[in-house]
Amino acid sequence: MGLRLFPVQASTISVETDHLLYFLVAVAAFFSLLIFAAIFYFAIRYRRRSERDLPPAVHGGMALEILWTVIPLGLTMVMFGWDASIFFKESRPQDNSMQVYVVAKQWMWKLQHAEGQREINELHVPLGRPIRLTMTSEDVIHSFFVPAFRVKQDVVPGRYTTIWFEPTKTGRYHLFCAEYCGTNHSRMTGWIDVMEPQDYQAWLDGGAAMGSLAASGQKLFESLACGNCHKPDGSGRCPSLVGLYGRPVQLAGGGVVQADEAYIRESILNPDVKIVAGFQPLMPTFQGLVTEEGVLELIEYIKSLSPAAGTQAGGNGLTPEPNTLKNSNQETPAPIERPGNR
Amino acid sequence: MNTAVLPQRENYLNAGHGLKSWLLTKDHKRIALLYLITISLFFALGGVFATLIRVELLSPNGHLMSSDTYNKMFTMHGVVMIFFFLIPSIPAVFGNFFLPMMIGARDLAFPRINLVSWYLLVIGGALAIFAMVAGGVDTGWTFYTPYSTSYSNTWVIATALGIFVAGFSSILTGLNFIVTVHRMRAPGMTWFRMPLFVWAHYATAVIQVLGTPVLAATLVLVFCERVFHIGLFDPALGGDPVLFQHLFWFYSHPAVYIMVLPAMGVLSELVSTFSRKPVFGYKIVAFSSVAIAVLGFLVWGHHLFVSGQSLYAGMVFSFLSFFVAIPSAIKVFNWTATLYKGSISYATPMLYAFGFIGLFTIGGLTGLFVASLGIDVHVTDTYFVVAHFHYIMVGGAIMAYMGALHFWWPKMTGRMYPEGWAKLSALIIFLGFNLTFFPQFILGYLGMPRRYHTYPDEFQVLHVLSTAGASVLAVGYLMPLVYFMWSLRYGPVAGANPWGATGLEWQTASPPPVHNFDEIPVVTGDAYDYSRVVGEVMEVG
Repeated sequence: MGLRLFPVQASTISVETDHLLYFLVAVAAFFSLLIFAAIFYFAIRYRRRSERDLPPAVHGGMALEILWTVIPLGLTMVMFGWDASIFFKESRPQDNSMQVYVVAKQWMWKLQHAEGQREINELHVPLGRPIRLTMTSEDVIHSFFVPAFRVKQDVVPGRYTTIWFEPTKTGRYHLFCAEYCGTNHSRMTGWIDVMEPQDYQAWLDGGAAMGSLAASGQKLFESLACGNCHKPDGSGRCPSLVGLYGRPVQLAGGGVVQADEAYIRESILNPDVKIVAGFQPLMPTFQGLVTEEGVLELIEYIKSLSPAAGTQAGGNGLTPEPNTLKNSNQETPAPIERPGNR
Repeated sequence: MNTAVLPQRENYLNAGHGLKSWLLTKDHKRIALLYLITISLFFALGGVFATLIRVELLSPNGHLMSSDTYNKMFTMHGVVMIFFFLIPSIPAVFGNFFLPMMIGARDLAFPRINLVSWYLLVIGGALAIFAMVAGGVDTGWTFYTPYSTSYSNTWVIATALGIFVAGFSSILTGLNFIVTVHRMRAPGMTWFRMPLFVWAHYATAVIQVLGTPVLAATLVLVFCERVFHIGLFDPALGGDPVLFQHLFWFYSHPAVYIMVLPAMGVLSELVSTFSRKPVFGYKIVAFSSVAIAVLGFLVWGHHLFVSGQSLYAGMVFSFLSFFVAIPSAIKVFNWTATLYKGSISYATPMLYAFGFIGLFTIGGLTGLFVASLGIDVHVTDTYFVVAHFHYIMVGGAIMAYMGALHFWWPKMTGRMYPEGWAKLSALIIFLGFNLTFFPQFILGYLGMPRRYHTYPDEFQVLHVLSTAGASVLAVGYLMPLVYFMWSLRYGPVAGANPWGATGLEWQTASPPPVHNFDEIPVVTGDAYDYSRVVGEVMEVG
């Protein structure tokens, strides 16, 4: 193999990032060499020949000052425009992304596919398909870093962060935790396996014993008796969750919030923070009752109740067929006729 | 044995004897020496941690020490080097000693406060050392929450308290400098006749006074959450972990300029003295220090590009970060232009100045890489960032510190050091530094994360190169220790102005008398007027 001096390019963004890198290296090399050459030349050409040397005093030149202010400023503005455009692209997942959920903890990566596969410290993904990760942490801040893809995103407890990439080369790539997280930080590593789509499908089929994530979410939804209040037809004490995901929600006391993953998570764990207009703050918190993975399953289930949301909200290309899940709420007990919160 | 005898004339060194005359001194020059001894010890301590880190990283499997120990090593290396060496370094030693002399004052505005500030550094340092001896701290020097407040089982509070106390030392030094520059200038010493070293320290002092209280408040909040479980940063207690990062970097990014602005001030003195020309674009260089101090407060968010702050916040901070690069670039161009048609001496301080310009240029230009969102996403928290900030901190600040030490040593001690050894050690430091840190740029772009005790085998070759460089660097740093000690006793006596420099500190004896000047100088011309000085040198010679 020999000594590698440059990382492999295995995602669409990696190529664009490296192009910007080449530009920056060229600019840096040019200015470094310019300064070094000037110093060497001046130091030799104007070396002190006598202790009595008294070179003429030159106090400055405005034209030069303007020149070496404006040129670097212009170059940095080019860099800014370029880097911001890459970052903008990196920050916005594509609509047809495949959804994977990541829960980090000291010192392990837990990854869940929408189809239900769970992996630890290893993620299998198909080639040529944008993958979107929704990530959170159970304890301290971690950071999901795949050098071959040139992507990195901190994984923060108490909130969701997202990252996306589109692999362009099959292979096995390092996954590192890049934010210091305690004793075994340097062992919180894993692998990303990029597979041909048909191999990926075979891998998926080989391990789909526990059913999709949405199906797990449905089971959890039932075991927590969420449906007692959140009735699908809106007749419960709490708002119906059908078609909720990706839709704007009118809040009590004014304000509108987009029903995204963060909003649903907050509503499960801190239901009093955002009350839906027309409902009472009745819902208890599920903090401590539901794990971060459980919350993600519930989110995936709620997403599955909004067939169109997968494309609208840009999150969920692989949502299981909604018709297999829709019927879950029908087993809920009879409504108690009182308005409630979600 | 020693033919050179110090002049019998009373000076600040022989004016009082005994420990008490030092520990209760109000003389800014003696306090500067107290600082010099203190921070040299901290530099050695931080260097020991660095050595252990580099030796551990020779092998990918982490055989030398446990992960917990390794984590403590890099944490304590950072804490010691930043808070107890780099932040005090140039201001507390050379600023303390020479800022009053350069403006023709007999002392700083508040000599007692100056002594208090040294004691605060010592108390803070003692607390930090207590924490290290008691078991160490493993949070990284950045103390990121909720790890530092809810998860780490190490001496976080003792260390934070040490930094908190040392912070007041920094604030008081800054306050003293601001008042001194405003109120104590000699007759005729107008703002635009001040040496650029003074301008740089004035700008630094503003940051110290405005920024450091934010760090103090942040550490108090960490204390509240860790000890009283008040939910501020830990989401499990209802806090926001990213809030900590905003508060921390609001101080700690400007703190980079606390470390590097004084170094730039030193550079202006060195480049001018050893090319015997006024600094090209004096006013531009002076104002660029002020611009850096102001803009430095507006860029903290570039440490949070991947922390989950909003896309647009990231873009604004990236934009502003490019702006702060411009005044630094202007300084480098002006120093280089100063050399043009100069009379360039290759004395040791000038070799350090050349080293600074080269290494700071690389450090500054790689700063553009990490200011670029698209690149930073990939390289942040990798060895690329480690290499970048060591080029600024070691290649910049410490090169200038070493340059300052060699430049002003004759003034401080009255003795010269052996020039040949000094040049050799400057060369060794330059080569060792590059061998240590240049491979880390490559390591970082390859994806090697920082703060890793173990690492994949494919990174080993570059780590071994880096450790080899660190050994060379260590030799380079040990040499001055030996020849400076030697020169205290055997060094040739230095005259009042061995370099033919223009600053007022060179117009008085070496070592200076207790009150700096026999007569308060009256300033009649610009800084860096060599026609006056070369005349003097000729008279002497």
